[in-house]
Amino acid sequence: MTESFTIAPVIDVAQMTQDSRPSEREVVFDIHDLTVSYGRVTAISGVDLQIHRNVITAIIGPSGCGKSTFIRCLNRMNDLVPEARIEGQILYQGSDLYASGVDPVEVRRRIGMVFQKANPFPKSIYDNVAWGPRVLGMRKELDERVEKALRSAALWDEVKDRLKKNALSLSGGQQQRLCIARAIAVEPEVLLLDEPASALDPIATSAIEDLMHQLKREYTLVIVTHNMQQAARVADLTAFFSLEVDETRRSGVLVEYDATSKIFTNPSDKRTEDYVTGRFG
Amino acid sequence: MSRYHRRRLMNRAMEVLATVAALVAVAVLVVVVISVARRGAGAIGWDFFTKPQALFGQPGGGIANALVGTALLVLLATAMALPVGVLTAIYLTEFAPRRLAVPIQVVIDVLAGLPTIVIGIFVYALLVIGHTQSGYAGAFALAVIMLPLIARATQEVLLLVPGTLREASLALGVRRWRTVVGVILPSSVGGILTGTVLALARAAGETAPLLFTSSIFANTVQTDVTKALPNIPVLIFTYSEQPDPALHQQAWAAALVLMAFVLVASLAAKALLARSRRKLAR
Repeated sequence: MTESFTIAPVIDVAQMTQDSRPSEREVVFDIHDLTVSYGRVTAISGVDLQIHRNVITAIIGPSGCGKSTFIRCLNRMNDLVPEARIEGQILYQGSDLYASGVDPVEVRRRIGMVFQKANPFPKSIYDNVAWGPRVLGMRKELDERVEKALRSAALWDEVKDRLKKNALSLSGGQQQRLCIARAIAVEPEVLLLDEPASALDPIATSAIEDLMHQLKREYTLVIVTHNMQQAARVADLTAFFSLEVDETRRSGVLVEYDATSKIFTNPSDKRTEDYVTGRFG
Repeated sequence: MSRYHRRRLMNRAMEVLATVAALVAVAVLVVVVISVARRGAGAIGWDFFTKPQALFGQPGGGIANALVGTALLVLLATAMALPVGVLTAIYLTEFAPRRLAVPIQVVIDVLAGLPTIVIGIFVYALLVIGHTQSGYAGAFALAVIMLPLIARATQEVLLLVPGTLREASLALGVRRWRTVVGVILPSSVGGILTGTVLALARAAGETAPLLFTSSIFANTVQTDVTKALPNIPVLIFTYSEQPDPALHQQAWAAALVLMAFVLVASLAAKALLARSRRKLAR
């Protein structure tokens, strides 16, 4: 780690998220000195970050700075990469996510994820949403659960008459909302979104962003995006990651973490300023 | 001659050579089909399919018993090889760590290349010596031949299933096995069936393993798998060694039937595969 690295200042969450009550502002993820490497390549190093309940946290930064790597650590999706090594600590609601007794499958059940490219199953719209609950033993009132998830994902009105149709017949934006519905149908506590709108047109993107504002009431959301306007529109807090290059290696680091308005109007770090003003990245 | 011309000529010559080679390959099949058909077609008729083999020295008769026996042998072999082959492929693509997957892969490839006569002797030593020839011993030998073919084909279609679908399922907190059963297998059923049909077509014509395990059989329709089952490959082999020209003709006719089956099965497999590809491709 080089000297220039700034630790994020203590953030007064209460001030930035006026609509949340004090009890809801607890820390969901408490991340200490997180370093992730794939084989001999370090993806991110020394990340310290706290993620708060019922708040939208955006992760922004240039390509290759480890945004996706970071978010994939939060639900242990990186376990699926054989070479990945994770050091440091991630506390989820106070308990170590990577402790030896923790079942990664259970972690993923409680912390849902939506991916960059919409990836509906080649099944019907209904089955896409119902499959998770069915497999996980939430068979009671399945129809109601499916409807609720599709309503939460703002998709119900568009698909209610063709639930038995193949999900692949939906448009890209609809498919992505279906993936969100699928993720929330199993009632996760947190929803991680890895560039959920990067493959969508502006109208579909706007629908997803509206949806995120809705979902914030019930879920804690973390979104990775390389679209700064999107972060500015949706996020309460924004973390800026950058790529730090020295002679021997390069790795992603957390440069600055603060209220979104501060990151975009009055950043404390020169590198953040350069990025948000479009001087690089 | 300039270099330019030499290269151009070389290119032209190689193209012609490759074309000729491809034509030869096609010609071999055409010649085989025509010569078999010419010699055997005369024996094919209703009786040929519906009557069992004639008693020794009697005229007429058909291959009904061998058809039934081959069908039984091949179905039984498929029943043995399909689950093991599919599970092996699932293990290799979905569960095995690399350091185990690689050696197992090599073993399967070796098994696929094993001479069928070796498999025949092995099953003969294992199941026939001390007992008798039997349908299940024959089916087992055929299953050994089918297993690596099915495993390989299944593996290939499992690898075609996009990784994003696995991720989607695992991110829901679904266990790997449920992901395999609920998401991956349904997307690859078509390909697995294709591989199975091809393996089945291959097994239907295998002779060497059956010479050891199911070659001394009655000339009546036989469905008891604890006894040797009549079958087409061995029938062709024995008839071709007889002095009677009528039996020679029947051997050719049986060969024609076998070939037609393999052809139909291959075409069916191709159609199945095309359908399943379309389904996966959105």
